[in-house]
Amino acid sequence: MSDLSLVGVTVRLGGRTVLDAVDATFAAGRLTVVIGPNGAGKSTLLQVAAGLRRPDTGLVTIAGRPLAEIPRKQLAKRRAYLPQNPQIDWAISVERVVALGLTAHLPAFGGLPASWQPEIEQALERYDLIALRDRPATRLSGGELARVMLARSTVGAPEVLIADEPTTGLDPRHALDAARRLRALADEGRTVVVALHDLDLALRIADDVVALKGGRVTGAGSAAAMFTEDRLGALYDVDARVIRHDDGATIRFL
Amino acid sequence: MTNRLLLILVVVFILLSGASLLAGSTWMTPAQAIRAIAAPQDSLDRLILIEVRMPRVLLAILVGGILGLSGAVLQGLLRNPLAEPGLLGVSSGASLGAVIAIYYGFSASFGLATPLFALVGALLTAGVAFALSRMGGTLSLILAGVAMSSIAGAGVSLALNLAPNPFAAYEIMTWLMGSLSDRSWDHVALAAPFILVGAGLLALTARALDALTLGEAQAESLGVQVGRARLFALLGTALGVGAATAVTGAIGFVGLIAPHIVRPLVGHRPGATLLPATIAGALIVLAADLATRLLNFGTEIRLGVFVSIIGAPFFLWLVLHVRRTAP
Repeated sequence: MSDLSLVGVTVRLGGRTVLDAVDATFAAGRLTVVIGPNGAGKSTLLQVAAGLRRPDTGLVTIAGRPLAEIPRKQLAKRRAYLPQNPQIDWAISVERVVALGLTAHLPAFGGLPASWQPEIEQALERYDLIALRDRPATRLSGGELARVMLARSTVGAPEVLIADEPTTGLDPRHALDAARRLRALADEGRTVVVALHDLDLALRIADDVVALKGGRVTGAGSAAAMFTEDRLGALYDVDARVIRHDDGATIRFL
Repeated sequence: MTNRLLLILVVVFILLSGASLLAGSTWMTPAQAIRAIAAPQDSLDRLILIEVRMPRVLLAILVGGILGLSGAVLQGLLRNPLAEPGLLGVSSGASLGAVIAIYYGFSASFGLATPLFALVGALLTAGVAFALSRMGGTLSLILAGVAMSSIAGAGVSLALNLAPNPFAAYEIMTWLMGSLSDRSWDHVALAAPFILVGAGLLALTARALDALTLGEAQAESLGVQVGRARLFALLGTALGVGAATAVTGAIGFVGLIAPHIVRPLVGHRPGATLLPATIAGALIVLAADLATRLLNFGTEIRLGVFVSIIGAPFFLWLVLHVRRTAP
């Protein structure tokens, strides 16, 4: 399947090493959460993994094939990327925003073939957007926009979805809702990579965890192995407690 | 919706073009005009139609069209409803080139010197602006454009300040006001190739503009080459608007207004705005040029001045409107 892996990835920005010889593998059918303190290089890692930023050294592969060898359009069909705080600048309709997710599928000339309309309908329905389809995208609440963006990024059925802090600014209900939808995508067999600050949410949905600090991977493994008091305490430089109870676990920093 | 809008725009466009051919100091009926053109021998009507009004109408269409198109592309590219072709320094560069031609007397000895110098000025400013912004993204392009625009503006002021005689200053002032009067087929031949190539480059950005609605990162992730779209937009604006300014002088506001008139009618999609904005731009310049010929203020009111008088209040309304509706 479409495993995504980074080998020896180093990125320097303005003389500063943002990522330092990073190795990481994101497995297909699993949801991998990237955690780490502010400035650890999470966003840069995600951009490199998405092929939007070329690493200075190192290699990124998708299903064993180097990303740099894959033509832009083909790559766009296979992986979707959601940046932090996505914003829509013009008052185009929700349905058009979702259709933009199919940009790479457009023929050389002319508009989107009618054969794609069912996919758009499906994405709208799956993310409960049927009632909102004609609403200008500039007049959506944060939770609605998050759903629109998820629909936009998955309408072309990508093998890999990379999302940077998709729950920022969402209230608990909408954050949970978005997390559950990401979980469902991984269960369908897609490779899902998410950067998250909300560790309780990460605890609920993660299969695997990659911990990043100062541009280096300080640990990677299954969620159970990674969410321990020692590891979290060392990662964030704050004493941490993992409190387990009947309906899951929570993380507290002291 | 889009098709009906285009149909209406095209019909109004044909009517206005026709009216523009017939109206002026010598009025003609459509029958008179057709007879004059069909007649084998030269007549005054035929001369007026073919040598005076046709190039004027054609230039109005070309200039208005490229201003509207370039405005729509730049607003989409910069994701800013207040962007317009002048922002990249192209118009100011053209003005400086023209002023140099007038100031040093080249225009007196060779009729097309002014537009030629203006064209070179436009391409130079846009080139420098682009070179300065190559490392950064869209924001540095705007800043470089504003800087180049200010430098060219300072040059124009200096020329006015040092003008050897009041006539030179007057000539520069009138040129800066923008006009379509006394333009010949030579002007059309000079500007049309650049405007058409520029329009072609600008039209190629449509799909990238749609994707850019989501921001640069998402557009890139969708397989869009944002850097290439930026290059096409700048090059197309430099060639097209540069040539347009070169033959007519500075005409502001058309590039700003035209996209706004049509945007709500095409569902705000930046890519779908291009064609209607082009026609709307041509309509505005055609109508304004017609108005300058019909309204009698004793002395001829310049096209650029007329458009500004209508356009500036619209701009004010736009600023207030954008502030009210901004997300």
